Amino acid sequence: MTTRFSSVGALRAFMRKEVRHLLRDRQTLLILLLLPIAQLLLFGFAVRTDVSQVRIAVVAPSPGAATAALRTRFEHSGRFRLLPPLLHPDSLDALFRSGQADVGVVLEPGLSSRLAAGVPTAVLIVADAADPNTGTTMKNYASAVVRDWVASLGAAPGAVQLATRLRMRFNPTLESVNLFVPGLIALILTMVTSLMTAISLSREKERGTFEVLLVSPLHPWQIIIGKVLPYLALAMANVATVLLAAWLVFDVPFRGSLALLLASSMLFSLVGLALGVLIASVTTSQLAAMLAALGGTMLPNTMLSGLIFPISSMPRPLQLVTNIVPARWFIEIVRGIMLKGVGLTILWPQVLVLTVMLLVLLTLAIRKTSVRLA
Amino acid sequence: MTIRSAAPAIVARSLSRRFGSFTAVDRISFEVQAGEVFGFLGANGAGKTTAIRMLTGLLSPSDGEASVAGFDVRTQIEQVRRHIGYMSQRFSLYDDLTVRENIRLYGGIYGLTDAEIAERTTAILAELRFAPSVAALVRSLPLGWKQKLALSVALLHRPAVVFLDEPTGGVDPITRRQFWELIYQAAARGTTVFVTTHYLDEAEYCDRLSIMVDGRVAALGTPSALKAEFSVPTLDEVFVRLARGPATGAVL
Repeated sequence: MTTRFSSVGALRAFMRKEVRHLLRDRQTLLILLLLPIAQLLLFGFAVRTDVSQVRIAVVAPSPGAATAALRTRFEHSGRFRLLPPLLHPDSLDALFRSGQADVGVVLEPGLSSRLAAGVPTAVLIVADAADPNTGTTMKNYASAVVRDWVASLGAAPGAVQLATRLRMRFNPTLESVNLFVPGLIALILTMVTSLMTAISLSREKERGTFEVLLVSPLHPWQIIIGKVLPYLALAMANVATVLLAAWLVFDVPFRGSLALLLASSMLFSLVGLALGVLIASVTTSQLAAMLAALGGTMLPNTMLSGLIFPISSMPRPLQLVTNIVPARWFIEIVRGIMLKGVGLTILWPQVLVLTVMLLVLLTLAIRKTSVRLA
Repeated sequence: MTIRSAAPAIVARSLSRRFGSFTAVDRISFEVQAGEVFGFLGANGAGKTTAIRMLTGLLSPSDGEASVAGFDVRTQIEQVRRHIGYMSQRFSLYDDLTVRENIRLYGGIYGLTDAEIAERTTAILAELRFAPSVAALVRSLPLGWKQKLALSVALLHRPAVVFLDEPTGGVDPITRRQFWELIYQAAARGTTVFVTTHYLDEAEYCDRLSIMVDGRVAALGTPSALKAEFSVPTLDEVFVRLARGPATGAVL
């Protein structure tokens, strides 16, 4: 009787069901949609990169015309916000500790008289390096202003000795938000693709509905596509939100091709989805699938991708391992596109690696799903 | 619907399945006629599930051959799948979907038209005494209703053969009775019913039975013929005698 059996219709029916699962579980859906934004804001604000509005404190034990000139220069530079003048270096420490100052400039007592007498004097610049990149930038800006000021004093060469110092504070990521957004996209895509597919597919196995699907005329590839496409759509929505929020809230630059970024996000998502399907096919329970997805995809994609720890500073064996971590290649692509504005001519090796990964994982996933529930 | 009344609906010939050195199903042979209600009995581990998996294409046979609805399970598995319905011993509907959505899903998977799906949905809702406007998630239904709904969904595309793997587990006697009425209706429409059960009162409802012991079909016949063959008043005793198997002789 089923001569008019249509595989397209069957696939459509199956996908409609998947979309319903997604939409019906409001809580999970809401989390999946809002989490990316929450993560972006969290990481974005936790990592300060803004080098305008640098709060600077000038310590001048004996204020005079020269120190006033220095203060004016900072004021007019546009990047600094002057804090009230300090008389003693110790009070600078307190400002740093309470997070009220970003940079401090410490002058020696009797600066004017020393300069007049031709006695060398020292200027110390201290920058808060909660984020080393930002710290260095701030320090360099401050040094530039101080050098201009020294030049304007007309002092003899060598009369003012400039010393700079970075004041390190706790900072685990060494990342700025610009570098972080690409990693965040990778992380969110991994979660939505690998983790969610693995859970959704293993739920079917656990509940016995998977068996019914296998007995039905649906092909394994139809089951996989039906499972995967709704999550792919969700993943792409997440990419869009993160990019939009990064641009609106953090002014993250976007220098390259949006189309290429979306295409590579889709490629990376497919790798994640195939991995999720594979995980679900080798695990027997939802819990096992979830743990395997966390350990097998989230963990390496976070730790071994260069997202948090620079790959170059990893021990050699770990560096080799990073080669099989999909996010490593994806983050390189996204950073290349967003921050450097490069295209496929530069990024093709990374794209190629991801494509090969996708083909291998997809083949394995379909084979594993086809091997019936033996 | 094309029921080949001449050809048997299910044929198994020396069908075997080995897992390593263990033989789960050992050269079983039987035929089930179209429209028959065939009970497939056996103790746990006797090889029932393995046999069903081979007949439904979830597992490939190690040896022997089988055909379902006239199609070879080795070479024409796609055809087999389109002509069978299946209800697993685990509940096989999606409990976060509504009754209608579940029907619609399986209707779509089996290639029914929208008109057919709408018409059969109405019929199922009436048959199971749901309000036509029912929007309940399957999760909220009592177990008995879920099972009846699962059976109706397995029969949705009017398959030539339906496989029911312990469909009435955990269901109360009244619901089980209603469930069997649904089975008879399906058989009356020409669907061949292949059912496994642990309830021997249910076995009495079957046209014919086979009882598997240690991977082999140890007995095959109508309920009354089996009782006569073993000269016992109930199927229960037939089953116990067979399940004890050769050990009985050794012990006595």
